[in-house]
Amino acid sequence: MSLHSQSSGRASAQAAGGPATVGLTLAKVGALVVLAALLAVPFLLYPVFLMKVLCFALFACAFNLLIGFGGLLSFGHAAFFGSAAYVTAHAVKEWGWSPELGVLLGTLAGAVLGLLFGMIAIRRQGIYFAMITLALSQMVYFLALQLPFTHGEDGIQAVPRGVLFGLFDLHNPLAMYYTVLGVFLIGFAIIWRTVHSPFGQVLKAIRENEARAISLGYRTDRYKLLAFVLSASLAGLAGGTKAIVFQLATLTDVTWQMSGEVVLMTLLGGMGTLTGPVIGAALVVTLENYLAATSLPVPVVIGCIFVACVLVFRRGIAGEIAARFGNQKQGS
Amino acid sequence: MIARLLAGAALAALTIGVMSTGPAMAQQGKLSGDMVKIGVLNDRSGLYADLGGEGSAIAARMAAEEFGNKILGKPIEIITADHQNKPDIGSNLARQWIDQDGVDAIVDVPNSGVALAVQEVTKEKKKIFLMEGPATSRLTGDACSPTGFHWAYDTRALAVGTGQAIVKEGGDSWFFITADYAFGHQLEADTSAEVKKAGGKIVGSVKAPLNTADFSSFLLQAQASGAKIVGLANAGGDTITSIKQASEFGLTQSGQQKLAGLLIFLSDVHALGLQVAQDLVLTTGFYWDRDDETRAWSKKFFDRYGKMPTMVQAGSYSAVRHYLKAIEAAGTDDGPTVAAKMKEMPVNDMFAKNGTILPNGRMVHDMYLARVKKPSESKGAWDYYQILRTIPGKEAFATFEESGCKLPK
Repeated sequence: MSLHSQSSGRASAQAAGGPATVGLTLAKVGALVVLAALLAVPFLLYPVFLMKVLCFALFACAFNLLIGFGGLLSFGHAAFFGSAAYVTAHAVKEWGWSPELGVLLGTLAGAVLGLLFGMIAIRRQGIYFAMITLALSQMVYFLALQLPFTHGEDGIQAVPRGVLFGLFDLHNPLAMYYTVLGVFLIGFAIIWRTVHSPFGQVLKAIRENEARAISLGYRTDRYKLLAFVLSASLAGLAGGTKAIVFQLATLTDVTWQMSGEVVLMTLLGGMGTLTGPVIGAALVVTLENYLAATSLPVPVVIGCIFVACVLVFRRGIAGEIAARFGNQKQGS
Repeated sequence: MIARLLAGAALAALTIGVMSTGPAMAQQGKLSGDMVKIGVLNDRSGLYADLGGEGSAIAARMAAEEFGNKILGKPIEIITADHQNKPDIGSNLARQWIDQDGVDAIVDVPNSGVALAVQEVTKEKKKIFLMEGPATSRLTGDACSPTGFHWAYDTRALAVGTGQAIVKEGGDSWFFITADYAFGHQLEADTSAEVKKAGGKIVGSVKAPLNTADFSSFLLQAQASGAKIVGLANAGGDTITSIKQASEFGLTQSGQQKLAGLLIFLSDVHALGLQVAQDLVLTTGFYWDRDDETRAWSKKFFDRYGKMPTMVQAGSYSAVRHYLKAIEAAGTDDGPTVAAKMKEMPVNDMFAKNGTILPNGRMVHDMYLARVKKPSESKGAWDYYQILRTIPGKEAFATFEESGCKLPK
């Protein structure tokens, strides 16, 4: 939440000089409080659950970068997430790479795949863009199903967590948690920086009116491609990290349902806000986790929440809060 | 300044965390959590729900009730969950059960892919894993665990039983329709080995995804192969669908080709009906109508569940019972100690007579080669099998040396 207010503080700082310093200090304090909470929370809650939340939060943030700030609805983000998980798992398990290198290779795989997808998909807009990404990700799914190194339905199992930088044994749940937290914060910082850079401004301009952006002299295709690759790499970062946390990479990560889930998380939390996807991911993962033990069917409950979201608070949780408290700019 | 303070706090938190997890892991007292908690983890809604599902949980509860739901004066609790046939969901549930809920043993876990994932978790956490549902012989082979027990059957036993029997009857050329995951691959490999040993040959194979609704393209390939036997290396809902569609395609009516269901459960025969399933030859670890003891237990099970037990469900009872007896004998629920005790004691109940457990966790007991009765032979509901031959445990299962397991003997 505070990171959101931090960004809004920054926005207001640019708008008006006077109250900016106060806003900034408040935002900084808020950010520090959240950071402290994130550091303390594994002592209260089950660390593996928290790591899952963080992995999906990063994944949703990566997706949000594309749709929320670039206006591009990709329906194939599971391909980057899942492929990175497979590549990381394979590198760490079969080649004996260290976890940090494995995750980096996974991120690279996400980036390369994102470049390939992007080059094809950004030539079209709207529903056609979504359909192309969906079709391409289904191809990746069938590759994952049939290629020998992915082991079909079994997935790559028993991936060793290894020792980070040769120093921290990741079999310790807390060491693993702080590693995942670090990865998440790096990813989040990259997104924050991107959104608040001139590049991010151009992306927003393209989202609002692509024709006008072109007439201003921007090569919009290049901006869109770069945003796509960036989003895919970060999704890959999340996927690779998840493979290390859960010590396996399976077909679940590359199915189209996973692409749908990340759309759901982003919409529930608030598309186009920085903290929205984090809230959405936390909500969906928590529901899935705690409802799994009850007899309530998980998809039905989440479906009902989604319907309520669309009918009642269309901006998503974070977007709605921002709108209520008068920072309409954030929701846009 | 604040940042530095925070960094210091984080470092401190990390150190405390590292230090505090050490002693917490050590075993204290006789029973962890002052109770024995058993988690039945299986498919409760999908294609393997009929062969295990709630039935396995009921069987486990029946075993606990024999002890009065109490052991060493402490309660026994049985919980259940649905792994949805996904290895990631299964291993997450297992991890959470052990880390958070204090589960001491995990039971059933059909779907070899999920079982292999759960085996990794239980091995790491040193908890007992009683497998009845999964088939792959890798669970006591290269993926064996000191605390893992494979109870009801495995792919090798199926291959020895059904594979050999069919080659002896003249079915010497085979084509496989294989479920595309750990179980199917292993079943095909084990059966191929037995068929070749008996003098038959393998013409080809095709891999079908798990939970396939349409087997037509695979069946056409099988038809085109010209093999005498179409071996179905799949299970549960997939077996039912493929047998039904094969009969719709007239695969067997021509008389040129025969189906061999390599893994068929009582629940599958019940779903298919005797008209479609008649004369299928199959290998099973348990049949309810074998002797007075099995009939008496199965009757009790039927009264609670409304269906006769499959070998998975009966095996769940037997394994949980043996596990509880071992806790009683060892006086603790510490995983490795109980595992050692379980391996010392012979298994004697309605499921197995003088069953022995190998160092790799394989429970060796007699298997049965059965034929599905014709509708005219069946005397009533659930009267489905005619037992053709008892396969001695030593013949059915691999020895510890053959298994490829790297555990100390």
